[in-house]
Amino acid sequence: IETSVPFTGHKCDPPSRSIDTTPKELMGFFHDMALMRRMEIAADSLYKAKLIRGFCHLYDGQEAVAVGMEAAITKKDSIITAYRDHCIYLGRGGTLLEAFSELMGRRGGCSKGKGGSMHFYKKESGFYGGHGIVGAQIPLGCGIAFAQKYSKDETVTFALYGDGAANQGQLFEALNIAALWDLPAILVCENNHYGMGTAEWRAAKSPSYYKRGDYVPGLKVDGMDALAVKQACKFAKEHALKNGPIILEMDTYRYHGHSMSDPGSTYRTRDEISGVRQERDPIERIRKLILAHDLATASDLKDIEKEVRKQVDEAIAQAKESPMPDPSELFTNVYVKGYGVESFGADRKEVRAVLP
Amino acid sequence: KDMNVRDALNSALDEEMSADPKVLLMGEEVGEYQGAYKISKGLLEKYGPERVLDTPITEAGFAGIGVGAAYYGLRPVVEFMTFNFSMQAIDHIINSAAKSNYMSAGQINVPIVFRGPNGAAAGVGAQHSQCYAAWFASCPGLKVLSPYSSEDARGLLKAAIRDPDPVVFLENELLYGESFPVSAEALDSSFCLPIGKAKIEREGKHVTITAFSKMVGYALEAAEILAKEGISAEIINLRSIRPLDRDAINASVRKTNRLVTLEEGFPQHGVGAEICMSVIEESFEYLDAPVERIAGADVPMPYAANLERMAVPQVDDIVRAAKRACYRAVPVAAAA
Repeated sequence: IETSVPFTGHKCDPPSRSIDTTPKELMGFFHDMALMRRMEIAADSLYKAKLIRGFCHLYDGQEAVAVGMEAAITKKDSIITAYRDHCIYLGRGGTLLEAFSELMGRRGGCSKGKGGSMHFYKKESGFYGGHGIVGAQIPLGCGIAFAQKYSKDETVTFALYGDGAANQGQLFEALNIAALWDLPAILVCENNHYGMGTAEWRAAKSPSYYKRGDYVPGLKVDGMDALAVKQACKFAKEHALKNGPIILEMDTYRYHGHSMSDPGSTYRTRDEISGVRQERDPIERIRKLILAHDLATASDLKDIEKEVRKQVDEAIAQAKESPMPDPSELFTNVYVKGYGVESFGADRKEVRAVLP
Repeated sequence: KDMNVRDALNSALDEEMSADPKVLLMGEEVGEYQGAYKISKGLLEKYGPERVLDTPITEAGFAGIGVGAAYYGLRPVVEFMTFNFSMQAIDHIINSAAKSNYMSAGQINVPIVFRGPNGAAAGVGAQHSQCYAAWFASCPGLKVLSPYSSEDARGLLKAAIRDPDPVVFLENELLYGESFPVSAEALDSSFCLPIGKAKIEREGKHVTITAFSKMVGYALEAAEILAKEGISAEIINLRSIRPLDRDAINASVRKTNRLVTLEEGFPQHGVGAEICMSVIEESFEYLDAPVERIAGADVPMPYAANLERMAVPQVDDIVRAAKRACYRAVPVAAAA
C-alpha cells in the first residue's frame, strides 16, 4: 500500500512510500484505534460526570501514532510520553479496566489510584509513563536509551512529546548528549499543531520540528496514517540502533481541547476540526482501506465498533466497583518497601511508621 | 590511620563500581579532567568511558538522562560540580526522581545518587555559596545525606549507591582536604552506614547541639571551649537530613534538656526549624530553655571577607548560643 503523503527527510534518505501490510494488521489497527477512540470519548463523559478529577488530556485524533508505533516495535523497546498517555498505555498492553480505575482514583488502577490520568505506567512491557512536566520525558527517554545501550540490549526508546515541548531547552540538551553518545533514542514529536492554545507558528520560529535537531537526522511523517507511522518507526528503530538518535515529526491532530477545561474552540475554528475529521481521520482511513480491499464489510466494522463500545461500558462498570485506595496506602510507596518510610507529627501518630 | 574526605569519597566510588557493574558515574569533568575537585581521580582509567562519562555543561539534560537510566535499573551516580548548579536540574530531582515510585505505586523505583559539594565555599559569592539541605530534605521520596568525616563520607556514599531510592548527597568543598582518623572497619570494602541514623559525635550532659557537614567540626570546637567553662555539650552529627533521626535528637534533648541547632543554610524553613518542631512535638515538657537556632544570615552570600564571615556561623556564635541555652549569658536585649 502506498502512503498518500510522502515522507520528508532531514539528513537522511526517507524510507519507501510503499508499505507491506496484512488483512490481520489492518483489522487490528481498526479495532485498536476504535477502542482508543471510544475509551477517550467515555473518559470525556466520566469527567463531565465528575468521576474523574483534576486534569484529563484526551488523545482522540492521534490514535494512528500509538498503533503505528506499536506495529513497528516490540515490548522490549521502551516508550515514554507526557501526560496525554491513556492510549499509549493501552497500546503497550494495558487494560481498559486498569485505565478507567486509575482515572477514577480506584484501587484497581494501574498505579493503584495514586498516579491519576497523567501517570500511567507499565514497566513490564516497557512503558515508563506518564509525565506531567512538559519536556521532562525527553531526557528521561534518552536515559532509558542510555541504559539499553549500556546493557547491550539492542533495543530502543521512543520519547514522545508535543509541538509545545519541542521548544523546551532540555530537549536540545538531551539530544546533544544522545548524539554525542550514539544513544538508541527516537524523539517522536507528535505535532498536533497547538501547544495548549498556542498555535505552533506563535510558539516556534521554525515549526519544521523534524529539522530542529540540526545535526540529528529527522523524518516528517503523516501521523494520521497508521501505516506511514509504522514504516517510519521501523526505519527509525533500525537507524537508532546503528547511528544513534533520530527525530520523527508526526503530523497529527487532537479533536479534543488540550485538557478538559479547554473547549478547544477559541484558538481554532470548528471548520478546521471538522475538516480534519472528514479528510484525515485515522480510523476512517483504515476503514476505507479495509472496504476497498474487501477485507470486511461495512457492517462487520460497525459490529466491531459496537463490540468495542460494549467492552468500554463493561470496563467502566467494573472500575466503578473497584474501591477507593485504603487509607493505609497514603504512606506506602514513598520509598521502596522497607526503606525509610517516615510519618510524623502529632496528628499522624496513629499511622506512624518506623525507620528500617 | 588517617584519610582525607576526598580519598574517602574516591575509594567508596571505586569500591561500589567494582562491586556492581550497574554503577556508573556521570557529570561535568568527572573523566579526563579527573573531577573538578578530583573526587573521581583514576576512575576513568580503571572503568573506562562507558562507566565514567564526561557530560556537557547541561544539568537538566544529564540529570534527566541519569534518572531515565535509573528507571531502567542502572545505578547512576550523577555529580554536580556544585549543588548550586543542581538548580538547573531540580525538576528532574524532585518531579522525575523523587515522585516516580509513589506515582507508579512501586513499579518504578529510582536508584540514583546526586552528589557534589554543597554549602558555602570561600569567597565565591552569592550564586556559588548556598546550602540546599533544607530544600531537598523537604521533599518526600528523596533521601538526603550529608557527611562530615572520612568515615561518614565512605559509609554514607556506599549506602547511598546501594540504596534503591534517589539520594541527594551533600558534600562540602572545604572538607575535601581535611584528614580524619579512620578505623580498620571503616576501611573494609563491606563498610556501610545506615541511612536515617545520626551519630553522637561527643557525649555531653548540659546542652544538645545538632549539626551536619562542616558545622559538626565547628560544634566540636565549641564544645572544647564550653568544656573549659564547665558546660558539657552533646554533639549530634545528623549524617542524614531525610530521614531525620528524630529519635536520637529527642533522646538527647530529654537528657540535656537544652537544644542548639546549627546549620550553614538560611534560617527560614531550615533544618533547625524542623528539628525544633520535632522536639516541641515529642519532648516539649523536657525543655528547660528556649531552643537556640544558629544559621547562615538571611542574606545572599556577600563577597567581602568580613561580611562573608558574618554571614556564616562561627565557633563563637555556637559558644554564645549554648551559654544562653544554659542561662549563663545575659540575653542581648536585656543587656541593652
